[in-house]
Amino acid sequence: MDARPTDLMPAAAVPARRSDFNRALYTGLAVLGLACIVAAPFAIYPVFLMKILCFALFAAAFNLLIGYVGLLSFGHAAFFGGGAYASAHALKVWGWPPELGILFGAAVGALLGLVMGFFAIRRQGIYFAMITLALAQMVFFVCLQAPFTGGEDGIQNVPRGFLLGGLIDLSVNLNLYYVVLAITAFGLFAVWRVVHSPFGAVLQAIRENEPRAISLGYRVDRYKLGAFVMSAGLAGLAGGTKALVFQLATLTDVAWQMSGEVILMTLLGGIGTLPGPVVGAALVAALEHYFATSSFPVTIITGLVFMACVLLFRRGIVGEVLHRLRRR
Amino acid sequence: MTTAPILTATGLKKEFRGFKAVNGVDLSIREGSIHALIGPNGAGKTTVFNLLTQFLKPTAGRVVYRGRDITALPPADVARLGLVRSFQISAVFPKLTALANVRVALQRKASLTTQFWRSSRVLSGLDDRARSLLADVGLESHAGSEAADLSYGRKRALEIATTLALEPDLLLLDEPMAGMAHEDIGRVSELIRTVAVGRTVLMVEHNLSVVADLCDRVTVLARGEVLAEGSYDAVSRDPRVREAYMGSEDA
Repeated sequence: MDARPTDLMPAAAVPARRSDFNRALYTGLAVLGLACIVAAPFAIYPVFLMKILCFALFAAAFNLLIGYVGLLSFGHAAFFGGGAYASAHALKVWGWPPELGILFGAAVGALLGLVMGFFAIRRQGIYFAMITLALAQMVFFVCLQAPFTGGEDGIQNVPRGFLLGGLIDLSVNLNLYYVVLAITAFGLFAVWRVVHSPFGAVLQAIRENEPRAISLGYRVDRYKLGAFVMSAGLAGLAGGTKALVFQLATLTDVAWQMSGEVILMTLLGGIGTLPGPVVGAALVAALEHYFATSSFPVTIITGLVFMACVLLFRRGIVGEVLHRLRRR
Repeated sequence: MTTAPILTATGLKKEFRGFKAVNGVDLSIREGSIHALIGPNGAGKTTVFNLLTQFLKPTAGRVVYRGRDITALPPADVARLGLVRSFQISAVFPKLTALANVRVALQRKASLTTQFWRSSRVLSGLDDRARSLLADVGLESHAGSEAADLSYGRKRALEIATTLALEPDLLLLDEPMAGMAHEDIGRVSELIRTVAVGRTVLMVEHNLSVVADLCDRVTVLARGEVLAEGSYDAVSRDPRVREAYMGSEDA
């Protein structure tokens, strides 16, 4: 982009100066943002921040599917919860180190995604949403009935353990915060990489005009399934990380409400934008956090916020901001 | 003109809940020809197109491409064999630039389709080829425009450039002139004539002067059946064809 020969145009000097200014501004903002993120656990309760990070990763994984493939999954709780149970089990029962335990959660999420995607991917629109919901409910009932999930109690007191063979004690919240931050950053980078890759270009073509993509020889179901598995794997990674943070995997993680929550977060933040899910996750988690102690039911608040969002800025918060910036 | 047919269809049938949209069509497309499929509205032309490219599965009958039965293949695999179609409503990727539209087709040929770990910057290696394809259809100055912003005629030209990127042996064009302004028709006609060199073209077309001008062979469909086949002159003299067209168009 920067290598464009803008100096061929006589009046290019002014825009060039402005783009220099913009770059300095964005770099400054990025540095400031990074500083805030690094310093945040000293000002805000780290477990709450880690919750935001886990949900940001979960929503980013969901956004990969709805924002860049155009598929609305109503069953992402299965991957999040499946990842949480898998990690919790590996950490507590098998005594795996945390890095392997979390990776196992991601792998189980991806595997569930492969199975569910295999059945759902050929369906379109509302039918896709219904099939993913139905399959996710099956996962829920397995988790309710199977012996290894602990039924109504879930898997509790999951040990956080030590990272890198005993080097970093994860029972210290501050240590864990930076690990979770790194995992989330990796996940967000992965989404960004996939979207801006040759594979992502094919996904965009399929979303723009699927029959045309087929007529150009693309076996579109395979590309959609690939994206579905990636999304599920990242959702599993988020679930596994969440199990480590809260030392807990319960039925809440696989329940359909969780699938609804991630849709809400992504829509609020702005689908099809990279920072949108992060903003949405932070907003929903913050609302839940601050209204949890009040007597007013938090679901009504989130519902009202959601309605306001749908009526006032359909592109979501980040989507609306980007739209305004672009129009100027 | 005694070359073997590149595509043959025998006994093609398609029923939609008892309605026989296509009822026993036999077609034989000679290699290197420009073949037109014409007929009144509702004759089943587009359905035949969909059956030939396997976008619809026939109720009965088979389609053979270069000696190979393709009736059971998924549509994407048919395209991979070199039989590429266009659509009646223009088939571009609207939010992509013209250059990126062509690149989508080139990407598959270059096997740059599944690498999710690489930067999309590797696709810029296809830009030169994409630009030359755009130049072939007279769109070189529109490479950076979004496809949605192009005029109707230019969208069709872009579609042809994208199709040509796959280097197909057989092009199926579904009403390439539909809804086009007069001056665009001349341009696209010329374009089809140019791209047909060394290729086979099968096109559905309503504009009979275009058909008379471009096509070596014409098949007339009516009510899902082949009414006549032959050169344009022979077909247009056929009384049954005149009857089928009476009132709708002056054949």
